[in-house]
Amino acid sequence: MTDKSKLGFYLLLMPLLLWLITLIILPHIGLFMVSISEKIGVRQYETGLGNYAVFFNEPLYWRTFARTAFMSIFTTVLTLVLGFPVAYYIAKLTRGRTKTTLFLMCLIPFWVSELVRTFGWMILLRETGVLSNFLQYTGVIGGPVEFLYNDGAIMVGLVYTSILFMIVPLVTTLDSLDDSLIEAGYDLGGSGYSIMREIVIPHAMPGIVSGCIVVFMLSLGNYLTPILLGGKDSLWFTGLIYTQFITRFNWELGSAFGFLLLALSSTIVFLGLKLSRQSLSDTMGR
Amino acid sequence: MIPTIPQTKLLKWSYRAYVTLFFVYLALPLTVVSVFAFNNSVFPSLPWEGFTMAWFFGTEAPFIGVFNERSIMRAIGTSAFVAVWVAGLAVFVGTCNAFLFVRHDFRGKGFLYILMLLPLIIPGVILGISILVFASSVANTLEDNTEMWFDALRPGLVLVILGQFSFITTFATLVISARLQKFDTSLEEAALNLGATKWGAVRQITLPFLLPAIMGAGVVAVLMSFENFNTTLMLVGSDSPLTITMFDKLKHGSTPVLNAVSLLLMIVSAGLGLLALLFQRGKD
Repeated sequence: MTDKSKLGFYLLLMPLLLWLITLIILPHIGLFMVSISEKIGVRQYETGLGNYAVFFNEPLYWRTFARTAFMSIFTTVLTLVLGFPVAYYIAKLTRGRTKTTLFLMCLIPFWVSELVRTFGWMILLRETGVLSNFLQYTGVIGGPVEFLYNDGAIMVGLVYTSILFMIVPLVTTLDSLDDSLIEAGYDLGGSGYSIMREIVIPHAMPGIVSGCIVVFMLSLGNYLTPILLGGKDSLWFTGLIYTQFITRFNWELGSAFGFLLLALSSTIVFLGLKLSRQSLSDTMGR
Repeated sequence: MIPTIPQTKLLKWSYRAYVTLFFVYLALPLTVVSVFAFNNSVFPSLPWEGFTMAWFFGTEAPFIGVFNERSIMRAIGTSAFVAVWVAGLAVFVGTCNAFLFVRHDFRGKGFLYILMLLPLIIPGVILGISILVFASSVANTLEDNTEMWFDALRPGLVLVILGQFSFITTFATLVISARLQKFDTSLEEAALNLGATKWGAVRQITLPFLLPAIMGAGVVAVLMSFENFNTTLMLVGSDSPLTITMFDKLKHGSTPVLNAVSLLLMIVSAGLGLLALLFQRGKD
């Protein structure tokens, strides 16, 4: 390398390092440091794991944590099961303009703010909402029914918000599967089920993994949908973090909560990549 | 199941029915939001009281339209301000990153690439609180030692811009790198042979080639910034962007003026999204 190109290299390296160090690495180290400091007086702190002990000793906290994790896993599975047939339809059973149109129709709701989408579900599901009125009109139910403010409503909203992130990678990977491979499977006497299991799904695996990772993370880190569609008892872990930081002003406990959520989401991403033998660069870097 | 393999009619039609039902599910919330923007009632719900444009242009309470509701107009201005800064910064750093990762080989490149991707897998709320905690501790240290005020490091627009920039840059980097990888470097070498300087060749040959990706990344960045909620929520000060203002109004019960804003947002974001796609298509 000549001196000049060396200079160019360092000039290019600067913005990257500045960005990563000041906005990603140092803040997360700082978050961890705050999470292991306990307040013992006015502006006096002591290092210790007290905040984490509070989390494990208070059932409300760890139950909410577990609930958030399980509901996010459930959302991910539901999204995969509901989204796969649609992605397969778009990738394999449509051609040309129809395909582009259907794909675009999937993308448009994803461009619209999550707030607007959630607002739509509130109008649909509330007691005076469209669904309740429709069911009364058709005579299925006698009086107004509240569909909002329960876990079912949260699931509907979460699946809606994240299904597009499942469908897009699935369509991309299924698109690259050559039809003749499926035909060959039939020629060799395979049934629809065995072809799905031995040809289509293994081929779609990268798409399935990246879709699942993104959907799980989005559900785990979601704040709007559980707060707006869920009831008083449907707590979400991000809601607890918000309460500690903004309402209670207990940043030490809030940071510990944040770190636990980060640990959970990174563990799941790591496991997902390990189980499917893929790397982060392949899955995310596309 | 592919078109060349025969299937029973029942299976074919039930499959089609499922896909149709799915698209109805996708369209339903957006449709009701749009429709109730025109309902002549103070609640965004049934019964239907007749068609009105008051929620867009109305001036008399309670029918104050979007264009006359000062809090919403101010929030749109704030969002636009944030979005322009975020897009500018993200595209600049993204372009530098693209050149770094595509054109240079150096020790630790793989590691830095993984670090660059990390913001994608950090939940937005965590990104927000970590920047909040870090900026506050820096501000505290500085204020203790210099006896000056560092308000920019307290919750407010500067932190909102930094917070959104911290993850949108990753998207910008990926979009611009993908385009730079397709660039034929012999074009640049030809320019150098013809006597261009290194920077001149990049400016006159490579950057014009990258322009569709740069514009596309910029549009995506604006879109993501406008819609971001989680990171912004943790860093916001007294000037709140549109999504935060709408969320506050939504929590306290709302008039169809929110439907009207939502409809405008939908039109603008669908337009921007299509624009981004056009830029992407222009690059082949």
